[in-house]
Amino acid sequence: MPTSSGLDPVLTWNLVDDMRQVLEFPFMVNAFRAGAIVAVLSGLIGWFMVLRRQSFAGHTLAVVGFPGAAGAVLVGVSAVYGLFAFAVVAALVIALVPGGGTRGYSEESAVTGTVQAFALACGFLFVSLYGGILSGSNALLFGSFLGITQAQVVVLLAAAAAALLVLAAIARPLLFASIDPAVAAARGVPVRAMSVVFLVLLAVAAAEVSQITGTLLVFALLVVPAATAQLLTARPGLSMVLTVVLGVSVTWLALFVAYFSAYPLGFFLTTIAFALYVGAVGARRFRAVGR
Amino acid sequence: MTALVAAGGLADLWALPFMRYALLAGIPVAVLAGLVGYFMVLRSQVFSGDALSHVAFTGALGALAFGIDARVGLFVATIAVGAALGMLGNRGRADDVVIGAVFVWVLGLGVLALSVYTASSHSATNAAAGANVLFGSIFGLSPAKATSAALVAFALIAVVLVIARPLLFASLDEAVAAARGVPVRALGVALLALVGATAAEATQVVGALLLLGLLAAPAGAAQQLSSRPYVTMALSSAFSALSMVLGLLGSYLVPRMPPSFAIVAAAATIYGLAVLFGRGLRKRPQRTGEPA
Repeated sequence: MPTSSGLDPVLTWNLVDDMRQVLEFPFMVNAFRAGAIVAVLSGLIGWFMVLRRQSFAGHTLAVVGFPGAAGAVLVGVSAVYGLFAFAVVAALVIALVPGGGTRGYSEESAVTGTVQAFALACGFLFVSLYGGILSGSNALLFGSFLGITQAQVVVLLAAAAAALLVLAAIARPLLFASIDPAVAAARGVPVRAMSVVFLVLLAVAAAEVSQITGTLLVFALLVVPAATAQLLTARPGLSMVLTVVLGVSVTWLALFVAYFSAYPLGFFLTTIAFALYVGAVGARRFRAVGR
Repeated sequence: MTALVAAGGLADLWALPFMRYALLAGIPVAVLAGLVGYFMVLRSQVFSGDALSHVAFTGALGALAFGIDARVGLFVATIAVGAALGMLGNRGRADDVVIGAVFVWVLGLGVLALSVYTASSHSATNAAAGANVLFGSIFGLSPAKATSAALVAFALIAVVLVIARPLLFASLDEAVAAARGVPVRALGVALLALVGATAAEATQVVGALLLLGLLAAPAGAAQQLSSRPYVTMALSSAFSALSMVLGLLGSYLVPRMPPSFAIVAAAATIYGLAVLFGRGLRKRPQRTGEPA
């Protein structure tokens, strides 16, 4: 996706000058702001998701965002609201269907596959009814950093702040319930309610990330930074901080590179994040050998 | 009366070349997906199919970006990754985090290939390539492509039927099968390679994002209705083929409805009906061993 600015961006060796060039455009400033908000939220919630082994629930919630966004565009509402509404409803459905909210591989079944494929098919139907197959579906599926408005940044910030407040309120019992549900339940932690609230938070995070990365590449910010940080350190507080730092740096670096390049943001975002993950795996192996 | 109208409608459909080629390629591919999907659901490997559908997207667009026939990239990428997944499978189940990290990167590469390909020329066919690979373009199949897709599907169906018996044995009771000299490991690799080839076939029909519907839904529906392996297998293929025909018919009657949506919607509806009206208490085949 070439940048649509009138000027042809040129990367020079003077990075300060490059940065000034990038930030000259309001849409890029908005992209950096939105990227930071999304990276912080998805890093913290993704950290718990990786700990709780709920990646596939995260994947499902993200995929459901596609028909949500496409449907919202079809009825003439901003895609943001469709993403949030569909993801949160899907989270409640997953949490309330018996057995659906349990952890781990139990979701691996024909049901999930069918629901995912059907959700994507509905998204495709909405996009093709709208008539904008090419630009429409690609931006929703693989993200776009062009044209993020001030209003969108405000919505992202408000939703992220609300989600983070809830997360802060339940962080300690949630950590306890995630690491050892049986003991936590015995000690009076409401494990089931905790997992419902967490799924809703996960839905908010997935919907936020979708606006930057598109619904298919949500894992680049939701899973990979958290997985990298958890490989590097076992201390919860430190690895949470590391997740946020990694997430924000990956997002900003990818935005920066994508601005100067003819290739899409999604490619840079996934590649930089994956390279760090591979590096962390390598470092862990190396440390294990050195001992 | 209704039957007459329906028969007349079908005759009309057969007169349309694009519909004829869609049915010619669609039905064998659907039967294949139903058969392979049955084994995938039986072995709880649905997410391997999900993963292979992402690989199909990147494979097809990667081949296009290098100027090769998309089908070459599809088959090479999906069969290679399928076989690799199968070989890793025995060393314990891959972590969901590892799968997530790897496959988001594979999709990222696919996005790169898509942008390289669409930038290489400004023709409309190139620009539509992304949507076609993701969501299929069954009405756009050329006679040659439809024929080759059908022939490949028939060949793969034959392979599945040949290995069905030992594969069933290995899937239901891996330990006993291994003790009786069934090459359990080789069969696991072969099945995932077959899933890969099926993903490559189905991508041409319903697209990389939607093929999971054709793999998982008919097999899930069949399992609701029967616990006898060969009956379930036959039901799964029949449901899959039925979804294909109903979907094509539906999208012919309502032209604004894309065929791949109609096919997946039909499959999901069949699954929903099977869950609602299927026998509640059916005996499930005992699963042992750790599936890949």
